[in-house]
Amino acid sequence: MTAPPTHADYQLSQLDQLEAESIHIFREAAAEFEKPALMCSGGKDSIVMLRLAEKAFYPAKLPFPVLQIDTGYDFPEVLAARDNWVKRLGARLVVASVEEAIKNGVVVDDGKTSRNRLQIGTLLDAVEKEGFTALFGGGRRDEEKARAKERVYSHRDDFGQWDPKNQRPELWGLYNGRLHGGEHMRVFPLSNWTELDIWHYIGREQIEIPSIYYAHERQVFKRDGMWFTESEFNPCKPGEEVVTKVVRFRTVGDLTLTGAVESDADTIDKIIDEIAVARVTERGATRGDDRFSEAAMEDRKKEGYF
Amino acid sequence: MDLLRFATAGSVDDGKSTLIGRLLLDSKSIFEDQLEAVEATSHSRGYDYTDLALLTDGLRSEREQGITIDVAYRYFATPARKFIIADTPGHIQYTRNMVTGASTADLGLVLVDARQGLTEQSRRHAVLLSLLRVPHLVLAINKMDLVDWSETVYERIHEEFTQFATKLAIPDLTVIPISALKGDNVVTRSENTPWYAGPTLMHHLEHVHVASDRDLVDTRFPVQYVVRPKSDDFHDYRGYAGQVAGGVLKPGDEVVVLPSGMTSTIEGIDVFDQEIDEAFPPMSVTIRLADDVDVSRGDMIARVKNAPQPSQDIDAMVCWMTTQPLRPRQKLAIKHTTRMGRALVKDIQYRLDVNTLHRDQDTRELGLNEIGRVQLRTTVPLLCDPYSKNRTTGSFILIDEATGVTVGAGMINTGA
Repeated sequence: MTAPPTHADYQLSQLDQLEAESIHIFREAAAEFEKPALMCSGGKDSIVMLRLAEKAFYPAKLPFPVLQIDTGYDFPEVLAARDNWVKRLGARLVVASVEEAIKNGVVVDDGKTSRNRLQIGTLLDAVEKEGFTALFGGGRRDEEKARAKERVYSHRDDFGQWDPKNQRPELWGLYNGRLHGGEHMRVFPLSNWTELDIWHYIGREQIEIPSIYYAHERQVFKRDGMWFTESEFNPCKPGEEVVTKVVRFRTVGDLTLTGAVESDADTIDKIIDEIAVARVTERGATRGDDRFSEAAMEDRKKEGYF
Repeated sequence: MDLLRFATAGSVDDGKSTLIGRLLLDSKSIFEDQLEAVEATSHSRGYDYTDLALLTDGLRSEREQGITIDVAYRYFATPARKFIIADTPGHIQYTRNMVTGASTADLGLVLVDARQGLTEQSRRHAVLLSLLRVPHLVLAINKMDLVDWSETVYERIHEEFTQFATKLAIPDLTVIPISALKGDNVVTRSENTPWYAGPTLMHHLEHVHVASDRDLVDTRFPVQYVVRPKSDDFHDYRGYAGQVAGGVLKPGDEVVVLPSGMTSTIEGIDVFDQEIDEAFPPMSVTIRLADDVDVSRGDMIARVKNAPQPSQDIDAMVCWMTTQPLRPRQKLAIKHTTRMGRALVKDIQYRLDVNTLHRDQDTRELGLNEIGRVQLRTTVPLLCDPYSKNRTTGSFILIDEATGVTVGAGMINTGA
């Protein structure tokens, strides 16, 4: 007879527990949905998703394609990181372009609507064309108040809309993937991760992320208290002056809307130190799109945003 | 660093939002922009104080109506632990949300107002936490400052609750006198309660031992996904992926695959590109077997001499979650571990009054937010354990086949 196992030997760290839960979600959705896809912006959260999906199905390849919405205003460093990942994983990449969607009349560029918002129509059009029934998204519940109440399996009706007041109860690890024709599911494997968990995991796994997350010199100008990158898509307005600063990005999105923070954090450890003492949320610090109204995210999500 | 998931129960009047706000503030988990937004909203509504409830009320309709609709998940960390709070509202859709929040919790936190003592609501909270087999319960007696830090009040509520708890399954109870508003015994020890020798709330949350709540004896591995690379490098690779639900699995273990009953030996256990020596809950791993047996999603790998009994007759406590009542003869879809099937409601034995624990045997149906003992007959055998032994292999959800909505949550009884 051997001694029964003691519990002290069988403990998982919080990162290992989060990883195990996310892998469970990936496998569950891959088994239950006919045509899933992984939404990848090339940002750190979607790259962590790629890493978890790689682990979930290894040594097989990802059993679903990677879907990217090309805003036309993406940071080249972000697209480069995405391409490296897709190539290494041998995954199929599906790109839905906002430019194309505008050209085809799927969405209307009135000059006032942000590219971020035009992504919604572009995304829903791609879902319909490709017939995707589930989309993995990198949303985390710590990001924003409306997300704090979203399910891991988040149901979308046949208009792609989220109905926050009428969500399915979600218990234990038992996810309900039932759909009717035309509906789809958003699946959020990182629901229980925080920004700090993501960074600790990137450090532990030595995950390649776009270089713009690390401190670097950049030509920037100040708008609404945030540093924006100088580019042809985002011309300076009168009174705005381009200067050289050492900055990094805490989130990456449409470059006309994503602000940088002044920082000399050029390694993962320094970034973790910086975030551990940060007093402003990552979206509050750097996302023009969430500042317009208190319920900005909730409104976009209802329409079908990520 | 490890992880503790806890569920909070109580209404705004008990000071629950203030307490959560304090835990988040004192662990520096609230950011300036979040606090500023809440302060601005409080000010524009003409409140005299910053309403910390606004931090957890995430949806616009909630903020407009001043109510909490749904379970909200909050996150904070101290150097000792990461915490996930499932914060459930005290009134609307109460049972449904509380059951949802408690289903994944290691610990339940029940708040009572020291001036009120135990109320019907706090008893109900304790009953639901016990029914969901949340292994640790904290009764926080709040607003102690308003009863002059009276030890007598604390002792009276403590005693009354202990009496009540004898009827419940609560393996570990801790009763803490606090003031969420002033911070006494929340993070720092209070000088106002020299008669209290126990831990502060935060100290207890940081140190309560949860690892031993997992079953390391009864091996249960629901197969989620079959990994078949069909590539040149891994031509013959066939792995069974899943999350360990119980026990410790090692290469060389003799195992049985259910429901077929075929036996084999574990050849190897993989986590990504590494072979590991043992797997235990809640690890997600991929198992390779020595023999070419037929295994697919929904099957379960267990030990030859310790396996669950496949059963199509299920006796369970069911929490009903939709307005259309549950009635005998009804047909529903059922999801248990990774197995889907259909279930026929054979009988509703009784409805449980969660306030009094009275069993109403005359009931013919279960309404929204009601809990009762139900007999089901399933189309496929479920590979299940009593919920009291294993919260993963003992639980299931019921789905309305027409709407696709999750309408019930079930906990399988002993001796089904």
